[in-house]
Amino acid sequence: MDLTTRYLGLKLKNPIVPSAGPYSRTLDGMKQLEDAGAAAIVMYSLFEEQIAHETSELFHYLSYGTESFAEALTYFPDVQQYNLGPEEYVELLHRAKQALDIPVIGSLNGISVGGWINYAKKIEQAGADAIELNIYYIPTDPILSGSDVEDRYLEVVNAVKRTVAIPIAVKLSPFFSAVAHMAVRLEHAGADGLVLFNRFYQPDIDIDTLEVKPNVILSTPQAMRLPLRWIAILYGKVRTSLAATGGVHTHEDILKLLMAGTDVTMMCSALLKHGPQHIAEVLRNMESWMVEHEYLSVQQMKGSMSQRSVADPSAFERANYMKALNTYREPTPPRPAQ
Amino acid sequence: MREFDEASRSFPTGQKVERKKVTIDGNEAAAYVAHKLNEVIAIYPITPSSNMGEWADEWSALGQKNLWGTIPSVTEMQSEGGAAGAVHGALQTGALSTTFTASQGLLLMIPNMFKIAGELTSTVFHVSARSVATHALSIFGDHSDVMAVRGTGFAMLASNSVQEVMDFALIAQAATLEARVPFLHFFDGFRTSHEVMKIEQLSDNDLRAMIPDELVFAHRLRALSPEHPVLRGSAQNPDVFFQSRETVNPYYQRCPGIVQRAMDKFATIVGRQYKLYEYVGSPTADRVVVIMGSGAEAAQETVEFLNAKGGNVGLLKVRLFRPFASSMFVNALPPSVKTIAVLDRTKEAGATGEPLYVDVVAAIMESYTSPNSPLKSLPRVVGGRYGLSSKEFTPAMVQAVFEDMKKPEPRNHFTVGIHDDVSHTSLDLDSSFTTEGADVVRALFYGLGADGTVGANKNSIKIIGEDTSFFAQGYFVYDSKKSGSTTISHLRFGPRPIHSSYLIDRANFIACHQWFFLEKFDVLKSAVPGATFLLNSLYGPDEVWNKLPRHTQEQIIAKKIKFYVIDGYKVAQQTGMGARVNTIMQTCFFAISGVLPREQAIEAIKSSIKKTYGKKGDQIVKQNFAAVDQTLANLFEVKVPPAVTSTIEMPPIVSDKAPKFVKEVTAPIMAGSGDALPVSKFPVDGTYPTGTAAWEKRNIALEIPQWEPEICIQCNKCALVCPHATIRIKVFDQKELVNVPATFKSMDYKGSEFKGMKYSIQVGPEDCTGCGLCVEICPAKSKSEAKVKAINMKPQQPLRETERLNWDFFLNIPEVDRRTVKMDNVKGSQLLQPLFEYSGACSGCGETPYLKLATQLFGDRMVVANATGCSSIYGGNLPTTPWTKDKAGRGPAWSNSLFEDNAEFGLGMRLTIDKHTEMARELVRDLASSIGQELSQQILDANQSDEAGIYAQRERVAQLKNRLHEIKTPEAKHLMSLADTLVKRSVWIVGGDGWAYDIGYGGLDHVLASGRNVNILVLDTEVYSNTGGQMSKSTPRSAIAKFAASGKPTSKKDLAMLAMTYGNVYVAKVAMGANDMHTIRAFLEAEAFNGPSLIIAYSHCIAHGIDMAKGMNNQKIAVETGYWQLFRYNPTLRESGQNPFKLDSKAPKLPLKDFTSLETRFRMLEKSYPERAKLLGALAQEDVQVRWKLYEYLAQSPSAEKPVTASGN
Repeated sequence: MDLTTRYLGLKLKNPIVPSAGPYSRTLDGMKQLEDAGAAAIVMYSLFEEQIAHETSELFHYLSYGTESFAEALTYFPDVQQYNLGPEEYVELLHRAKQALDIPVIGSLNGISVGGWINYAKKIEQAGADAIELNIYYIPTDPILSGSDVEDRYLEVVNAVKRTVAIPIAVKLSPFFSAVAHMAVRLEHAGADGLVLFNRFYQPDIDIDTLEVKPNVILSTPQAMRLPLRWIAILYGKVRTSLAATGGVHTHEDILKLLMAGTDVTMMCSALLKHGPQHIAEVLRNMESWMVEHEYLSVQQMKGSMSQRSVADPSAFERANYMKALNTYREPTPPRPAQ
Repeated sequence: MREFDEASRSFPTGQKVERKKVTIDGNEAAAYVAHKLNEVIAIYPITPSSNMGEWADEWSALGQKNLWGTIPSVTEMQSEGGAAGAVHGALQTGALSTTFTASQGLLLMIPNMFKIAGELTSTVFHVSARSVATHALSIFGDHSDVMAVRGTGFAMLASNSVQEVMDFALIAQAATLEARVPFLHFFDGFRTSHEVMKIEQLSDNDLRAMIPDELVFAHRLRALSPEHPVLRGSAQNPDVFFQSRETVNPYYQRCPGIVQRAMDKFATIVGRQYKLYEYVGSPTADRVVVIMGSGAEAAQETVEFLNAKGGNVGLLKVRLFRPFASSMFVNALPPSVKTIAVLDRTKEAGATGEPLYVDVVAAIMESYTSPNSPLKSLPRVVGGRYGLSSKEFTPAMVQAVFEDMKKPEPRNHFTVGIHDDVSHTSLDLDSSFTTEGADVVRALFYGLGADGTVGANKNSIKIIGEDTSFFAQGYFVYDSKKSGSTTISHLRFGPRPIHSSYLIDRANFIACHQWFFLEKFDVLKSAVPGATFLLNSLYGPDEVWNKLPRHTQEQIIAKKIKFYVIDGYKVAQQTGMGARVNTIMQTCFFAISGVLPREQAIEAIKSSIKKTYGKKGDQIVKQNFAAVDQTLANLFEVKVPPAVTSTIEMPPIVSDKAPKFVKEVTAPIMAGSGDALPVSKFPVDGTYPTGTAAWEKRNIALEIPQWEPEICIQCNKCALVCPHATIRIKVFDQKELVNVPATFKSMDYKGSEFKGMKYSIQVGPEDCTGCGLCVEICPAKSKSEAKVKAINMKPQQPLRETERLNWDFFLNIPEVDRRTVKMDNVKGSQLLQPLFEYSGACSGCGETPYLKLATQLFGDRMVVANATGCSSIYGGNLPTTPWTKDKAGRGPAWSNSLFEDNAEFGLGMRLTIDKHTEMARELVRDLASSIGQELSQQILDANQSDEAGIYAQRERVAQLKNRLHEIKTPEAKHLMSLADTLVKRSVWIVGGDGWAYDIGYGGLDHVLASGRNVNILVLDTEVYSNTGGQMSKSTPRSAIAKFAASGKPTSKKDLAMLAMTYGNVYVAKVAMGANDMHTIRAFLEAEAFNGPSLIIAYSHCIAHGIDMAKGMNNQKIAVETGYWQLFRYNPTLRESGQNPFKLDSKAPKLPLKDFTSLETRFRMLEKSYPERAKLLGALAQEDVQVRWKLYEYLAQSPSAEKPVTASGN
C-alpha cells in the first residue's frame, strides 16, 4: 500500500503529522512519535512574546534589588552562560534533527514584524526541514479593519520568506471574511503550504473567584468538519500544500480529509488522549480500510471528494446549510465530558 | 598529583610583559590570586568578605583551573569556625588551602588560627578588615578584627589599595610557603574590598615565577599520611610545653626577611617594589606619620602635597605588622625624625594605647637603648585613632595630625575625624584643606537602588579604564534600607594613579538621578565653582528653574554651575527600559563630562552594553542601544537666570512633635549628617529608644492602596500580610467620628462581636512602600467591575496630603481593648495594634508580616533575642527601629547579640526572667502579711492564660507596688525591683535559616533540649538573605544560590523533624500566604506551650527572584505542590492521648514544577545547566513525595499513649 504523500515539497511516508504540541517538547517525546509512525513532526511553537519577554523577565528578576544594599549587592551568582527559551528551542530542534529520520518542522508563533523573525533563520540553521508560521491574532482594536489584519498576516509571511530558504507553511484562523481569497494572497506572499486551521484557546470565567481562566479543551472529532469544508473548497484553487488540523482523531477522519484534498493531517488532541501509539493504530486501520476498499495509494484518493470533484459542488456551500436543516434529527444526548 | 610539562615550570624572569588591565574591586583581586593558588577553599559568608567566596565558588562552578591545572574544591561551611577547622584539616593533609572572612567571622577562627600557626602551617587567610561588634554591630571597615587575632602567631600583611591586594595575595602565598608561618592578608573592608579600581592583573607566569613547585612539594610532604604516620597535636605537661613553644622562634625571626625577599623578587618580575616598612616623603622630615591600610593612601597624597608646598614631613607605611620587625621599622625612619604620630584604625579600650602605637613605642625604645641605634635622639611618639567603621579619613585629617605635631606638646591618644566633646581627644580640622588635583574628574551621582545608577557607574569606570589611558576609581555608598534605598557613587578619573582613599567632597560633576533628592539632600553642597550639574527632571529646560528648591537655585548661581536636564523616565519609557534610567544617565554623563570624545564614548557605551547584556539576550541589548540613541536628543542645557526665584524650602527631617532624642540624634543621621554629631550626643552603652521608624516619613511608594468600603468584606487579610504595618484596621465607637477629616472613610462593623461599632481601614501614605501584597491578597471584588477590589493601588502623590490627615486622625482613635478581641483568627488579630511598624525591609518582605503578627499578639510583654541577619538589620540598623511601644509605653524589648549564639542569648533571657519571677514570688510569699494575704494569693495564683488574666495581673502588680512603697524593708525594695516579672513575659528568639539551620544550630538544638519556655521563630527564606543569597542547609535541592552556582545538589534539612524527635518541643511549620489561620493558631499555641516552641515560617524573599507583590501566592502554591508542608506538633495533645502531630496541609495536588517555575532561583538552573536541572528537578519532586509520605505516616500513626498494634503501619 502506498501511503506516501508530499507536503511542502517533502516526501512523507504517510499523511500523519503530529501538530505543534507537548510531545515535541522533549527529544524523547519526538522519538516516541517517530517510532509510532509519524511521517514528520511539527515542533511546539516558539512564541514571539516568549522571545521578547523571557529575556526581559529574567533580566528583571536577576537584577531586581541589586546594588541597593551594601551587604547584598546582588542576590544571584553571576552565571556566565545560560540558554533562554528561544535558544533552548533551537538546540532541541538541532538535536531532534540529528536523532530522527523523519522531517522536523519548526513552529513560530507571532503577529508582528520584529526581531523575533530572526529566529526563523536560527531554526533553519538548526536544520529544520520547514517552518510553520502560526499567526495567532485577536484583533481587539475596533479601528483595525479586516484588510489591515490581512495585510499584517502577509507582512509577516513576507518577512519570514525573505529570511529563510526552507518552505513555509502558514497556519491560519478560519475567521476571515474571505478565506479563499486570503489563501490565494498568502500563496502570493510566498506561503508554500496552508494549515487549516489553528484553534484559539477560548478563555473561561470562574464565577466564584471572578477571574478569567485560560481553559484548554481538547478537540472533538466534530471539529474536523471545518477544515474538511475549506480544504475541499481550496483544493485545486491554490497551488500550496494543504494540511488539515483540528479534530483529526480516527482513520476515518484522515480518509475524509484526504478525499477532500489535504496533503497531510495533523493530530494533537487524539495523541494527548491516547498516547503516541495512537498513530500506529490509525495507520493500521487506515491501511486495512484501503485494502478492503481496494485503494492503491493515498495519492489516488487525494481530492477525490473536493468541491471540484464532487457531483454537487454546492454541498460545500450555503445550500449545504439548507440541506442540513432539512435532515436535522434530535441528537442523542451527549455523553458526559471526560 | 598532576604531571606538568617542563615548559610550564621554567619561567623567564625579569621579562617585560604587557599585563592585562582590569577594573575590579579588592575582593575580586584577592579572590583571583587565592583561587589560582589553592586547592581546597572553605568559605562562609560575612560582609564585606562574602564576595571573595562567591567569586571562588563561581569560578570553580565554571571549571576555572588553578595554577596547577585543577579546579579548586570550594566548600561552604556552617560557620567561620567550621571553615577554619576545614582549612586546618585540609592543610594538615597537605592541600594548599585558604579561606576568606572578616570581623566576627575572624574571631570564630581564632582557636584554629592558634593551632595552624603553632604547627607552622603554610596558608594565607584573606580578610577584608571590619569592625567587631561592641556597643553596636557595624559592617564597615577598621582593624578591630585583625588586631583581635594578633596573638595567634599568624603573620599579618596589610594591603593599602586594590593593586596591592592582588600583589600581596601573591607575595603572602610565596612567603608563607617558604617561612612556614601562616599569613593573614588583610585590607580595609569596603574602602578597599569594594572600591573599584583599574589595576594591572598578574599573569599565570607571574604567579608561577613566585611560587616554586619545590615549596609546594615540601608543604605536601609535611602532610599527615598513613604511608609515613606521625602524631601532631599532642597534649603536653608543664615539663615540656614551654620549651616546645619556643621552638618556633627562628621561623618568626626569618619571616620578615623572607617577605622582603619575596617583595624584591616580585619587583624583578612585575616591576612594583614594595617594602615591609615603606617610607615616603622628605628624607629630612622631622614629623612622620605611621599608618597601616588604606589610610596610608590618603596620607601619602597629603605628604606629597605638603612637601610640594615646602613642607618637611614623612609617612611610614607599615605593611608587615606581624612579625613586627623592629629594627627594619626603625631603619626605615628618617634619622631626622623628631615626632612620630602612630595612627591606629581600631580602639583598644583601657589599653595604654592602640596596638600599632604600642609596638612603635616599644620598637623605638628598644632601638634607642641598644648600641648602634640609628636614632640619634629619642623621638616623641604619639598615638591616635581614626577611621573606625569606615569613618572618612581625609587629607584634611592627616594635615591636622601634622599640624598638631608641630606643637611643643603634641596631643597623645587623640582622635581625628570626629568631634569628641566628652573626653576632648579630637583634633581640630581645617575643612578647607584639600589635595585634589585640578586634572582629576570627580563625579558624584545620586541614585536610587532600583534605578541602576551604581551598575551604570561601575560600567563607566570599566569603559574609561579599558578604553583610555586614564586611571579610574569608584566607590559606592548605600544607606541601610533594603527598600527605596539611596545610593551615592563617587567616581574619579585622572591621568595618574589615584590614591584618594576617601569620598569626594569637591565634585566637578554632579548628577542627580531622582528629582526628590533635591528636597532630601543638599546635592550641590560639594560642587566646586564651575561644576556641571545633570538632573533627571520631568520638567524641560524652560520650566525646570522655577521648580527647583531655593537652596539649589542659590548654589547654581553662586557657583556658576553648568546645568543640564533630561527627562530620563520619558526616554526609558519610550525605549522599554521601565524604571531603569541607568544607561540614559550614563550616556548623559559621557556626553557632557568630556571624559571621552562624544562619538568615542557612545561607541564605548554600546560595546559595553553588548558585553554586559549580550548573554541576556538581544532584546535587552537593543533596548539599551535605543536608550543611548534617544538620550542625546532629550538632553538640554538650561539657561540659568541671574536671580533666585524659588520659595521652595527643604522640609524638616522629622515632625516638630518628635521627641528630643529623635530631633537631635536620629534626624541628623536620617539627613545624612551623622558625621557631624559629637560624642556627647550618643548613648554610652548602645541603648536606643524604640518607636523611631514612625518619625521617618520616607515617601518611597509611587502608589498606595486605597480602601473601598462598599466592596470590603472585613476579612482583615490586607493588614495581616502588610510587611510594613502601614495598612491598619480599627473598630471604634461612633462617637470617635467627630472633627473627622472630609475624606476619612469608615463603615459599620460586620459581625456580632462589636455590634453597632464602626470599622475603618487606613493606610499610612508616607510609610507605605507600595509593595501591593495587600491588593493581591484582597479577596473582595466589585460585583460590577471585577478588577476593582476592596483595596486598589492609586498614585501616592495626589493622595499624600489628604491621607496624611486621615492617618493622623486614625492613629488618634483609641486602640481596641485587648480583652474584648478574639485573637485566634485573622480578623481579631488584625484589630490589635502592631508594635513593629514601617521597617526598612525590602518592599513586600515575606518575613516582617510574621514579626508584626507576633507583636500584635504578644508585643506588650515580649523580649526578643534577634540573630544577626536581615531581621537584625531592618530591626535595629540606625537611624531608626520599627520596634515600638503602645500608649502605655509597653512593647517588645529587643536585642541582638551575634549571629551564632542567638538561641543561647534568648535562653539566657528566659533564665533571668524565670529566676526573677521565682524570686518575686518568694518575696510575695514572704511579705504576704504586709502586702495583704488576699492580694498576695491572687498574685501567686493568677491565671495569665489570656489577655483578661494578664490585664488583671498587671492591675494587681500595680496595687502591689503601691503597697510596697509603704513597706520600708530591704525585702520590699527587692520585690519592688522584681515585681514586673510577676506578669507573664514572652521570650522570642528570632532569626533566619542561616542562623537556625547552620551557624546557630548547635545552640538552637541545645536550647530546644533545655525544656525552657522560649519561642523560637525561624524566618525561613532558604538562603542567607542579608548577605546576598548564599546557600544554607535550608536551601532546597535544585535551587541556584550563591555558593551553589550550579544548583544545590542535596535536599533541604528537615529542621522541624529534628526538633520533633525531642518529643517535648512544640513545632509548627507555617506559611501565611497558604493558610493564615493556621499561622495564627501556631503562634498562639507556641506561645501558650510551657516549654520550647519552634515555628518555622516560610518567608518569600527578594533573593528568590520573584514578583514580590505575589509573594503570598507563591507561598500558597508552595504548599499546594507539597514543596512546603503545614503542620503542628503539640506535645500537650499527648497528655490527652491524642497524636501530637497534626498535618494541616493537603496532599500535593500540583506537580512541584508549578511552584519552581514561578521562581528565578529554580528557573536559572534550567537555563544554565538544563541537564542537571532535569536531574535535580526529578530528585526534588521525589523529596516532596518522600517527605509527604513520612508526615502522612506520622499524622496517621497512633498516639504515643496507645500501644502500637501489629497493623499500625
